[in-house]
Amino acid sequence: MFNTPFTKQHIALGAKMAEFAGYNMPISYTGINDEHAAVRTKAGLFDVSHMGEFILKGEHALDLIQRITSNDASKLVDGQAQYSCFPNATGGIVDDLLVYCIAQNKTYMLVVNASNIDKDWNWVSSHNTNNVEMHNISEKTGLLALQGPNAIKIAQQLTDMDLVNLKYYTFVKGKFADVENVLVSATGYTGAGGVEIYFETTDTSAAEKIWNAIFAVGEPHGLKPAGLGCRDTLRLEMGFCLFGNDIDDTTSPLEAGLGWITKFTKEFTNSEHFAAQKAVGLQRKLVGIEMIDKGIPRHGYKMKNAEGVEIGVVTSGTQSPSLNKAIGMAYLVAGSNALDTEVFVEVRDKLLKAKVVKLPFYQA
Amino acid sequence: MNIPQELKYTKDHEWIRIDGDVATIGVTDFAQHELGDIVFVDINAIGKELNAGDVFGTVEAVKTVSDLFLPVAGTITEINAGLESAPEKVNTDPYGDGWMVKMTIKDAGEIASLLDADAYSNLVA
Repeated sequence: MFNTPFTKQHIALGAKMAEFAGYNMPISYTGINDEHAAVRTKAGLFDVSHMGEFILKGEHALDLIQRITSNDASKLVDGQAQYSCFPNATGGIVDDLLVYCIAQNKTYMLVVNASNIDKDWNWVSSHNTNNVEMHNISEKTGLLALQGPNAIKIAQQLTDMDLVNLKYYTFVKGKFADVENVLVSATGYTGAGGVEIYFETTDTSAAEKIWNAIFAVGEPHGLKPAGLGCRDTLRLEMGFCLFGNDIDDTTSPLEAGLGWITKFTKEFTNSEHFAAQKAVGLQRKLVGIEMIDKGIPRHGYKMKNAEGVEIGVVTSGTQSPSLNKAIGMAYLVAGSNALDTEVFVEVRDKLLKAKVVKLPFYQA
Repeated sequence: MNIPQELKYTKDHEWIRIDGDVATIGVTDFAQHELGDIVFVDINAIGKELNAGDVFGTVEAVKTVSDLFLPVAGTITEINAGLESAPEKVNTDPYGDGWMVKMTIKDAGEIASLLDADAYSNLVA
């Protein structure tokens, strides 16, 4: 099992640790509800150093990215990032990712899920027919997500870079907490605002410097360490997809509601298939559900209609700490996935009533 | 970790307080910590005669759901109504206000098969 540069800190804080994607990761420190509330109302710091980062360089880098991702990376200029996915050849998704434009037409960074680093690296490599220079910098890159309404206020105290005016999905690079070559982007997976902070761990003191500096200025603003447990409840309240739960090698980006990152103005892996799927109409769709009866939908639970006919499957579910009700996402077949449709979740031997609702569940 | 000496335990992380032929059952401090924030306790086996090891309900935490297994054969006679409005009592007071059910024990002989505090300590050490 791998450690992140912060494993020592997590253990010292008494975190509940568990293996995730081969890494020893903090699930929670003070409790999911407590950390969730800190991120929604003040600030939370997540260690997400397990995420993967690839650098693609050279005159054919953009062409490679354009051929293998669904979003249009040609729109990106220096300092912009976008959400995208790698569609596969069989109608599903290899992974979802962020594309960072470090230098337009020259240098890009792809940020991928920890559980898919090897699979993604092989996927990108297998499509690299024009000798794009590729570097897997995952193991020497640390990543902290500082999220919440007070996050920018905290981060700004540690750098001369202008973070207050940093627009959503843009980034800057420079000195942060006395560490050089830090990339700070206005991105995140919580819907609470804030930044993600990438840095090199080759200087072993960098991680500790950044962690300590953030807590030193953050604690007066209510900053708490936040684990993967509340990262999941926060993202689910926003209706953000999690690879392995809501999207995977078998789910279409269109069915997953990722049509907005699927651009048919260019060609990419399997784009003809997806264009046809869009033209014919989607047979099923990923939607939000809210429980009416008492119960919590969980990944893999069957969905049924009032007649008891199976209409889909739950992909994610939780008790929403912000809304204090049970929510989930589910693939539901056409005819059963319109807003306000009454549906049923099979929880053990019972059918519990729920309804289709709009995403996101939570609005700040 | 809090493991009171006077209670009996199961390998499924439940505790049993025995008072004559009546038993009170809950989940251990270890279990509540592993489950995390508990959202509700769902028990629908009241009044039914069950065997040892039968599922008598489930406990739903934010992230996970776990079955509850009856430690010894018998009949559930009472559910802790206080958990309806305050399920977090299972987290904050697992051996007190966080108790889950009371039952009548069918065969007192089964009590001998339960773990004592020392054996349970070894299990979760």
